[in-house]
Amino acid sequence: MGKVVLKVADDISTDIIYPGRFMATVLPTETPQFAFADHTDFNNKLKNNQVPKGSYIVAGQNFGCGSSREQAASCLKGWELTVIAKHFSRIFLQNSINLGLATVICPDILADEGDEIEIAGEVVRNVTKGKEFKITPLPKARQAIIDAGGLIPYTRQRLLMNKA
Amino acid sequence: MGMTYVQKVIAAACNRPTVAIGDVVEPEVHLAMSHENGALVMNQFSEIYKDTGLEARVWNPDRIAIILDHRVPAESSKTATNQKKLREFCGKQGIARFHDIRGDEGGICHQILPEYGYVRPGMVVVGTDSHTTSHGALGAFAFGIGATEMASVWTLGHILNVEVPGTIRVNVNGKLSPFVGPKDLILYLIGQLTAEGANFKVLEFHGDTIRSMSTSGRLVLCNMSVEAGATSGIVPPDTETQRYLREEAGVKDELQLMTPDVDAVYEKTLEINAARLDPQIACPHTVDNIKTVKEVANIKVDQIVIGSCTNGRLDDLAAAAQILKGKKIARGTRMLIFPASWRIYREALQRGYLSALAEAGAVICNPGCGPCLGVHQGALGDKEVALATTNRNFKGRMGNPNSEVYLCSPEVAAASALTGTISDPREGGR
Ligand code: SF4
Repeated sequence: MGKVVLKVADDISTDIIYPGRFMATVLPTETPQFAFADHTDFNNKLKNNQVPKGSYIVAGQNFGCGSSREQAASCLKGWELTVIAKHFSRIFLQNSINLGLATVICPDILADEGDEIEIAGEVVRNVTKGKEFKITPLPKARQAIIDAGGLIPYTRQRLLMNKA
Repeated sequence: MGMTYVQKVIAAACNRPTVAIGDVVEPEVHLAMSHENGALVMNQFSEIYKDTGLEARVWNPDRIAIILDHRVPAESSKTATNQKKLREFCGKQGIARFHDIRGDEGGICHQILPEYGYVRPGMVVVGTDSHTTSHGALGAFAFGIGATEMASVWTLGHILNVEVPGTIRVNVNGKLSPFVGPKDLILYLIGQLTAEGANFKVLEFHGDTIRSMSTSGRLVLCNMSVEAGATSGIVPPDTETQRYLREEAGVKDELQLMTPDVDAVYEKTLEINAARLDPQIACPHTVDNIKTVKEVANIKVDQIVIGSCTNGRLDDLAAAAQILKGKKIARGTRMLIFPASWRIYREALQRGYLSALAEAGAVICNPGCGPCLGVHQGALGDKEVALATTNRNFKGRMGNPNSEVYLCSPEVAAASALTGTISDPREGGR
């Protein structure tokens, strides 16, 4: 169980999640400080450790559209946030899977900042509102990468298999 | 059942006779492109090899291209260090298709790839840049991926877990009116589809407007296909594709020219009458916020930018120079020009376009991404308004979340420079 700490609209681009001017910073460990950097209130909360691990961002359609920058996924992963969106932009979703950022596709999600959320099997439960919303599962092949712990260990397995 | 163009490319790259839409496959990669973010790819690449006891070697150095373009010359010590690491990496791994900060071979990645003949019809091209969709203009299945995905490609030579995408067919017919071009066409289409209308899908372009369009124009269409969420934009190759590759890119080897089957199954088909199009403009802060230029005419503009991988080619500079030659840019408005490559820069110099633009008051910047992504040059002041031929107008894109960016064609940009306000090139801009 965790709280919704940020609710955002449709079409949130990676320029908003991780502004381009911080792109010289590349290592996954260095990126979390710039998550939603221009959303000063939220960024301050993150940096002052006021956002507990396991909290939720709730988004509309097409979350993560725009640039392919992976920093947009690693910066959220760094704070162990889960993103629930009506749906995601293709590259962002793949980057999240590759890096292990928890993403949930939930086309009908209704939630406000402060609501308590629980993921229970195939549904997102909004405890505060007393409602449940169905999750759209990821294709099986994506799940294999998640199960391996991300694309780096998955590729390493494949590499070793090829060499064996 | 027949196959779409992208199904055919993927099937060939998987060594299979056919693939169905939705199949999850692992096609061979023919070209893997990165720019400065190759520094992150390097990091993830060495993570993959960590504790394996194997030496980290890329699968095939001849299929990798690295182009420094996003921050050239380096704006900070951090960037310069990333660039240095990439230079050393390319040397060590034997990556010959490395385009450094140079006046002979440099430029924006999406211009360098076609210009040097690195992209051919039928290839699977991946790039750590969302506008990798550009290369569909030459009949490749080309799409953007993240850095970790690229590290995986560098290791295995295949891209894992590609879902064969469905295709939206776009038929464009009719003659574009004067001062209306490919940029107006793609802006109009994005407005129709919305920013997510083609998410996870391919846009396949057909029709007599496309057949008579130059490769430069097709690059504009495919470049911006991603702004409708498309995985890729593709123009099936034809005689123009061959002409471009032979005459402009110097390609000599045999070309593989596939076409979609006549009974291919499309998600839907859109029909556009190009003759009816007016100059279009994307208003702040989303690319699908499309209006006609007329609807927003007279808005004051502080900075005008002509360039980028979208509209920084020779025909774009020629169009702007033609409008501005012998005239002056309005006081209170500044104009920045950044050609898409140094080859274009040198040619525009020879043909007098650059001097015409500078004499009108424009600042000619070095080729590269420049002001497009707001990290390097040409940042905007608070509450300033920019009009740009680039491809994104998201809040903060040009370096300042308190500014506004409009997107348009080079013709609209140049006509607006004369008046200092957003202007229709068909009125007074000549
Ligand atoms: S010019 Fe702009 S859109 Fe094109 S590659 Fe550079 S930053 Fe990306």
